[in-house]
Parts: sequence; structure tokens; C-alpha cells
Amino acid sequence: MKLVGFLLLVSGGVIVLTAIAMLPPTAARGAFVAAGLAIEIVGLVLVFRSHMPPKEERG
Amino acid sequence: MILPPATAAICGLLILLIPLALAGLTLMNSGLGRSRTAAHALMGTLIVTAVAAMVYAVFGFAWQGIAGGPAYALTLSGKQWSWIGAERLFLLGVDFDGSPAILAAGFGMFSAALAAAIPLGAGAERWRLAGVTASTVVLTGWTYPVFAHWVWGGGWLARLGSNYGLGIGFADEGGAGTIQVVGGLTALSVAWILGPRRGKYSNEGLPAAIPGHNTVYVLFGCFLAWIGWVGLNSAGAILFYGAPEARIVLIAMNTLLAAGAGLVATALITRTRFSKPDASLSANGWVGGLVASSAGAAFMSPAAALIVGLVAGGLVPFSIEWLELRLGIDDPGGTITVHAVCGIWGLLAAGIVGRLPGAATNQLLAQLAGIAILLGFVFPFTYGVNSLLNRFIPFRVRPEGERQGMDLHELGANAYPELAGHLEDFTQR
Repeated sequence: MKLVGFLLLVSGGVIVLTAIAMLPPTAARGAFVAAGLAIEIVGLVLVFRSHMPPKEERG
Repeated sequence: MILPPATAAICGLLILLIPLALAGLTLMNSGLGRSRTAAHALMGTLIVTAVAAMVYAVFGFAWQGIAGGPAYALTLSGKQWSWIGAERLFLLGVDFDGSPAILAAGFGMFSAALAAAIPLGAGAERWRLAGVTASTVVLTGWTYPVFAHWVWGGGWLARLGSNYGLGIGFADEGGAGTIQVVGGLTALSVAWILGPRRGKYSNEGLPAAIPGHNTVYVLFGCFLAWIGWVGLNSAGAILFYGAPEARIVLIAMNTLLAAGAGLVATALITRTRFSKPDASLSANGWVGGLVASSAGAAFMSPAAALIVGLVAGGLVPFSIEWLELRLGIDDPGGTITVHAVCGIWGLLAAGIVGRLPGAATNQLLAQLAGIAILLGFVFPFTYGVNSLLNRFIPFRVRPEGERQGMDLHELGANAYPELAGHLEDFTQR
């Protein structure tokens, strides 16, 4: 889950970069940037979840 | 860009204030920890500062570079994407005569140390000095200089405006992203790698309160940090965004307004929830306001700065609680919230309420792009590298060292010898 989360983070960043570099300044570019960020948020959630220790292991 | 002598002198004086931000954060980290790690917290920051200065002087500045200076760039669809500076190592070739290059180098050296000191708050009471040193070398030798080149050295994020019509490009005059979020995301990585302190969580997963040993340090650290942040925000605005020196008063006022609003918001929230304002959390609200002000203090109205600080202060107690209670992250200094969360908010706010010169359209999109790069590239990189370093140089102290306290275990003496109890438990017979 951790690896998938980090891959999603990188993928979201790549989508944002690509949208800025390749799309004309229209609403579509903003939509792709938002989509890239949304993917990053999903990635962050997965990374956070992968680091949550089972309750009995804490302490 | 050539600065008039008076402007260069003022900028130089402002840069000299930046170490006060470092001193403030250090006092806060020491005060928020237990007495048995008080000296270790200060020693850690001194080591970070020493290593950061050396690494940055040897090759950090060469890779950060300055706008208009030599750099390596890719060309995509006819647009230049400058990705790393190509100055000479050891600060060779820099004129020490008040030129923008030497001012940028001084600003960068102090800022690199500040960024590298941020993770100390998250790793407090269990992060070995060897691990601290290794992590600092990577942060100040690669992560910070490369991102700083993108933002302040004429890199591709700075040119999003001229190349792609996104406002003035990614705007971050005082380092909300370049210093604070970079440091905050490294702090999150370090907190995960180290795991929580012994006794922080019960078997049921409930966190125990481990109060700091000196609230006076924490609150006095806030004052020092404020002065340092005025230097950070003002010098950055003059040096990298061409703000006139006459704007220093506005920057100082906005910095204070954001910090004050952050403190008041946190104090009100904790007063409402716990019947008394929590001094430690309120101090974090103050610093959260400072951090959020860093992206655009020179380019927003006082009313906007107030709102930026209020939101940052409102985020602080809930984010700290959420990280500790829900996500099981032990961050004794609240650094992840204060530097990463509030830094991201500050970057967004600069795009929403900032009045950046010539940034009529799409500034928010430029800010979102910068945040996406921080989360999508800087964070995985810093997590991966620190995890790798941890394999060769274990970051976490051994359990007996944690029981003894880092002062005694790593430095051989307690900060407060008269308070040391049960020393015989740890003395070889």
C-alpha cells in the first residue's frame, strides 16, 4: 500500500507537469491540474494508512 | 539584476536577522521536549547549522544558483525548463561586494539551516545525532538547493508565468514552500521512520500526554522566531521578487498580523475546548501564522494577512490532534502541522488573496503546481532517501538510550544535573 501511495503521489505530480507543459491555457488545463492534485491526495491517504500501526503494536 | 548599494545593505541586514528564526525554533523544540533531552535539542540544531553551512557552501549554492546565472536546462516545445544551477563549487566566482549572488548565497545558507532544523522537532527525544547529520547533508546538499533553484534561482517553477502564462510563476517570497514545506515533509518522513517515543501510545493505541519541560523557552522562542521571520520575508521579497525596500514595514506588519491571528485563533479554540488556552499549542499557532505569511507577506493587504493567520491558527490544534490521535504520528514539536500544513496553506493563500505585481491571471494555478511538485516529487524523494540512510545509519536510539534520555546517552551529561534522578540505574557498577 505504501509503494502504491508513493507511486500515486509521483503520478499526480507528472500529470500536473504534463498538463502545464502540453495543454493550452484553457479550462482543461486547470481540470488536469486539479485531477493531478486529487490523485496525489489519494496517494497521501494510502501512504498515511500504510504507516498507521495496528493498535496492539503501539507503545 | 543589480541592487542599488543602499538596497543591498538593507537586504544584507535583513538576512542577518534570519538566524533568529533558527534560534527561536531551537528554543521551542528544547522547551517542548522533556528535561532529559534539553541539551540534545540545542546540540542537534548546532550540528545541523554547522553541517548545513559547510554543505551549502561546498555545493549547495552551486546547484541553487541565481536567476540569470549559469544553469542546466531542458528545452520542451521551445520553452526552457531550468532544473539545476551550474555555479562553481565552494562559492568560487561569487563577488563578495554586496552583489545579488552573495546576498542570495547568504540567504540560502541560513535558510538551508532553518529547513534542516525543522525535522528535529518531529524526531525529538529519539533521533540520534549521526542520523541527524546524515539527513542534513542530503537536505541541504540536494533537496533544498534544487527546489530553491526552481523557485528562486530562475528555475522552471519561477518561469511558469513567462513560459505558460501562470501569473508571475510560483510565488514564495519568504520560503513557505521552499523552506517550511520542504522541512515539514522531511519531518513527516523522519517521524514515520523513527516511530513514536516509548510510552507515547498505550496498547489500546491511545496517546499519552508528554508535556514539555519549559514553556518559557517555548514562548520566548516565538518572539525570536518573529524577528527572524521579518528578515526572511523581507529579504526574500527584495532579493527574489524585486520588492522595494519601502515595503519592509508592510511586510513586518503582515508578518506580525499573521502570527498574532494564528496565536489568537489557536488560543480561542483551545480555550473553548479545554476551558483554558493551551500555551504550547498557542505558540504553535503563532509559528503557524508566521509560516503561512511567508509565501506572500509582501504582496497582500493587512486584512488578508489577518485572515491567512486566522486560518493557519485554526488549522493548528485540529491538525496536531488528528496526526497524533488518528494517525499515530508522534511529533513532539508539532512541526509537521506548523511547517508542512501551514506552509501549504500559505502557498495557496498567496494565490487566493495575494496581489502579486503583474499576476492578473492564473496565479492560483501556479501555486497549485508548486504544491503538487512538493507533494509529488520532494516528499517521495525525501522519504526514500531518509529510509535508505536509516538502513546504514540507524536513526533511532537504542531503547536504553531513550530511557536514559538523549542528554546523558549521547552527550554524557544532563542539561540539568540537579534534576537527574535515579542516576544509579544507568551507572555501571
